[in-house]
Order: sequence, then C-alpha cells, then structure tokens
Amino acid sequence: MNETTGFSSYIHFTQVDWASMWAATAETLWMTIFSLIAVGILGILLGLILFETSASQHLGARLLHKLTALFVNVFRSIPFIILIVLLLPLTKGLVGTIIGPKAALPALIISAAPFYARMVELAFHEIDYGVIEAALAMGATRWQIVYKVLLPESSPALVSGLTVTGISLIGFTAMAGVIGAGGLGNLAYLDGFQANNNTITLVATIIILLIVFVCQALGDFIVKRLDKRIAS
Amino acid sequence: MISMTGVSKIYPGKQKPLVAVDNVNLKIDAGEIYGIVGYSGAGKSTLVRMLNGLEKPSDGQIEINQQIINNLTRKQLRGARQKMGMIFQYFNLLWSRTVLANVTFPLEIAGVPKQQREVRARELLQTVGLENRQYAYPSELSGGQKQRVAIARALANQPQILLADEATSGLDPQTTDEVLDLLLKINRKLKLTIVVITHEMHVIRKICDRVAVMDSGKIVETGSVFDIFRHPQKSITQKFVNQEETPQFAETNVVLQELLQQVPKGKITKLTFHGNQAKLPIISEMLRQFPNVDLNIVAGNIHRTQSGAIGTLYLQLLGNEKEMLQAIEYLHIMRVETAVIRNE
Repeated sequence: MNETTGFSSYIHFTQVDWASMWAATAETLWMTIFSLIAVGILGILLGLILFETSASQHLGARLLHKLTALFVNVFRSIPFIILIVLLLPLTKGLVGTIIGPKAALPALIISAAPFYARMVELAFHEIDYGVIEAALAMGATRWQIVYKVLLPESSPALVSGLTVTGISLIGFTAMAGVIGAGGLGNLAYLDGFQANNNTITLVATIIILLIVFVCQALGDFIVKRLDKRIAS
Repeated sequence: MISMTGVSKIYPGKQKPLVAVDNVNLKIDAGEIYGIVGYSGAGKSTLVRMLNGLEKPSDGQIEINQQIINNLTRKQLRGARQKMGMIFQYFNLLWSRTVLANVTFPLEIAGVPKQQREVRARELLQTVGLENRQYAYPSELSGGQKQRVAIARALANQPQILLADEATSGLDPQTTDEVLDLLLKINRKLKLTIVVITHEMHVIRKICDRVAVMDSGKIVETGSVFDIFRHPQKSITQKFVNQEETPQFAETNVVLQELLQQVPKGKITKLTFHGNQAKLPIISEMLRQFPNVDLNIVAGNIHRTQSGAIGTLYLQLLGNEKEMLQAIEYLHIMRVETAVIRNE
C-alpha cells in the first residue's frame, strides 16, 4: 500500500493511468483551443463595437456603446465558478448536456470574450490616430480602415492579449473540470484529490504548466514576428 | 482650382464656442504652391482639413475643381479624397507595411488591380529616390525617408492637389530642404497644386508662390511671397518675416556692439536689396562716386524666394559727413531700402 501523505506520495508514477491522463490533456486542449477561437472572434467584434462607438455623437451608436459596455463589464465581473453554475440552464439548452468538455464552452466563451474585448478596444485606441486620419484622407471606407489599418496595426497587441486570455482560459477549464467538464482539472480533482492520489494531481499540474508555457512562448514568438516597429 | 468662400468652423465648447476658422475667403490657382502660415492654434490645420472633408465647415462653401466639397455624399467625398494627396508632420505611415505596401495602400483603397499597384508604386519610389528601400519597414527609415515614402503614397492616385500639413516641422534643417526640393520638383513635373501649412517662414520662402498669413482663425494678409517678404503689412506678418532674419539679426547685434566699441563712430546702416538689385554692383558704384566714404561690412545675408532674392546688408559708414549723406541718398535713388540704425 502506498503512502497518501508526505513527499513520497507525489512520485508513485506507477499509479498514473497514462491513457486517461492523455485523454484529459486532449480534452483540456480541445476546450482551450475551441473556446479561444470563439473568444478571439467574439472579442474582436465586441472590441470593435466599443472602439467604433466610443467617440460617436450619433444617438444609436451611443446606445450601442452603452449596452456593449454594460454586457462586457457585467460578464467580466462575475467569478467564473459562479458564472458556470449560473449558465447551466443556458448550457443545457445550447449544448444539450451539462457534463463534459462541450458543456464548458458557453461559460468559457462568455466569461473570456468580454475580457478580451477590453484588450482589443485598448489595442485599437493605442493606434496613432494620425494613421487612421491618413487612411480617411485617402478615401478609405470604415470597413477598409478596420481590416487594413486597425487590425494589422494592432496585431501584436491583439496576439499578446489573446495569449493572456488563452492562459486564463486554461485556468478556467481546470475550474470547469471540477464541476464535471472533463479535462485535467477534472482528473486532478476526481482521481487526484478525491482518490488521495497526489501523483496524479502533480502530473496534471505539470502538464497544465507545460501547456501554459508553450502557449506563452508561441504567443511571444508570433508577437515578435508581427511587430515591425522596432528596427531589426 | 480651390476657392473658399466665407468658410468658418466653430466647435461647440463647454463654456463658449471655439471659432477655429473665421470667415475665410481664399482662392488657390491650379499648379501653384500656396502657403498658409500661422502660429499653432491659428486654425490653419482645421482649414486644410476642410479641403478634403476631414472637417466639415460650419458655414461657407468650399469648391475644388467645380465640385462643392462640403455638399458631397460620403461616397462622393471618398472619391474626391482619392484625388487629393495629403502628407503630415508625423508621416502617418503604417508600420506594419513595407515601404512598397505603404505606397500601394491608397491604390488598394481605390481598387486598382494588384499588378498595376506595384508597378505604379515602384515608379513613385523612384521619383522620391527610395527604389532600393522598397522592402524596408518604416521603422528602418530616417525621418526624411519616411516623409519621402509619405509623399510617394500621397501621389499614388495621381492627385491634382497635395495638402502638406506641417510636413517638414519634424525634420532637421537639411532634411527639410531636401523634402522641400522634392515638393518643388513634383510641383514642376506633375503641375501639381500644393497647399502648404507651416509655421516656418523658411518653408514659405523656399517653395511657395503665394502665401496667406493666418491669425486666430482669420486670414490677415495674402500676397505673393516676394511682396510679403518685402513689405509685410500686418505686425504678425512682420514677426514671421523677422523670424527668418532673427538668427542673423541676433548675430548682427553682437557684432554691432563689438564694432561700436572698437570704432565708436560712423553710421551703421541696414540695406535691403530686392530681386535684381541683389545682382547689381550698387555698393561698388557708390564707393566710386563718393571716394571719401569708407565702409565696413558688418553682416549680410541673402534669402532666395521663388520670385527672386532678398538681400540684407549691414554697413558701417565712415568718413566725410556730407558725402556719407549723399551716399545714402544715392542708395535711395537706386531704390535700395536704407535705414540708419546708429548715427554716431
């Protein structure tokens, strides 16, 4: 019988069911990547709405700004663990189940998209207004300014913001795991904590750390490639 | 080409409305370089932004090429803007694009096919002398090179008008001159109308044909650059013209003090030569006619404007009092502006 306490309890690798560990890793990756893509799209859209309506005098635009800002602020403020419970009925309606990786998606997306939207808005505001004015002076349409000026000129900030969001999403998936969403958090909680198997908790932790490091390194690499502001 | 009639721009303010541009009437001819000079806050930037509709006038009418700019629909305005280039103090290039892609940018906006875009952009980069930097990014260029790229970009859609908003204010004197030479070159080559906004009289003198002086939203004086330099009417214009002479003038005062200490006698006289006078041997003729007058050159300079040179010369006259007065009279007859600053 192996010890369940003390330092040695962390290194009983024979007790690790590697097949379920990899399956849990795959679930965590799947949840993170899928929700990150959705958060990226939704966040840019929301950020764009916030940015475009921020200085407008138009009544409709002001209303849209207020509504979007309210939505963003509310959902950014709700603690994730509460949000996931709060959204259970919605999740059931959308996904058909409240168990498994798919069921985590609505809460992950709704919680992270507003967070990213604020970063997107900030990234757009950091673009030199003169560049936008130059594009206007060339006769660019609003839409041309969005995809030819705003997006490329803020691309490093958009990517680094997405990296930060991705890393907090990994954390969120682990939390979602505890209430049944699967993935490494679920495994660490059920097979690690509840079964008194510290090795599994440790291995799950290490894998999550690796995912975070790779995510950060990939983000930094892309930012460096995109950013042409510093002469190389 | 461009005419502004009764144009005003009033921003609604918290306490009271801010009048940025106040009832401006202006006519700019095709093919000329027209300067608008004024201190910051005079409204010149707002004025030029109304030309391409970046600002809407609160009152008045702006007509460019028989088209009334302030009545256009958004779509028409975009079309009109594509026929107007604009350059800025801080260049406003897209850092995410190469030099070549920056120049093709307005062509993309205008919907020119890719192949044509690049041919045209390379042609323009050749014009501004940057054909070997086409794959560089703006961050790798100097200020002068960035402004050249911006000029190439502004010319991409073959505009008839180029608006230059403080285009050389961020550049050092030598680079400023290079950029001004380039503007002059494209003005001649392409018969392009250029509207230059600046607070530097040097820019006006070097490339402009005509100039308007702006103060607190109003145009206080207009005229050919040559006339304005020779006979500035309003005090603000005189300030601007003096700004050009200031470095030399300060130096002259020092030299004058020194000279007065060394030789505490004689008349210190300021002569101003205009146009062809600067080329005539007036001084040597004066010395020949009045051999008892000696002179010392204290300081001098020549400004070149588009329509001729203006020279300033400070002299210390010594010798026979009567002949000195006759010599000054001779200068008057030769239509050299003469002012005795120290009569001792």
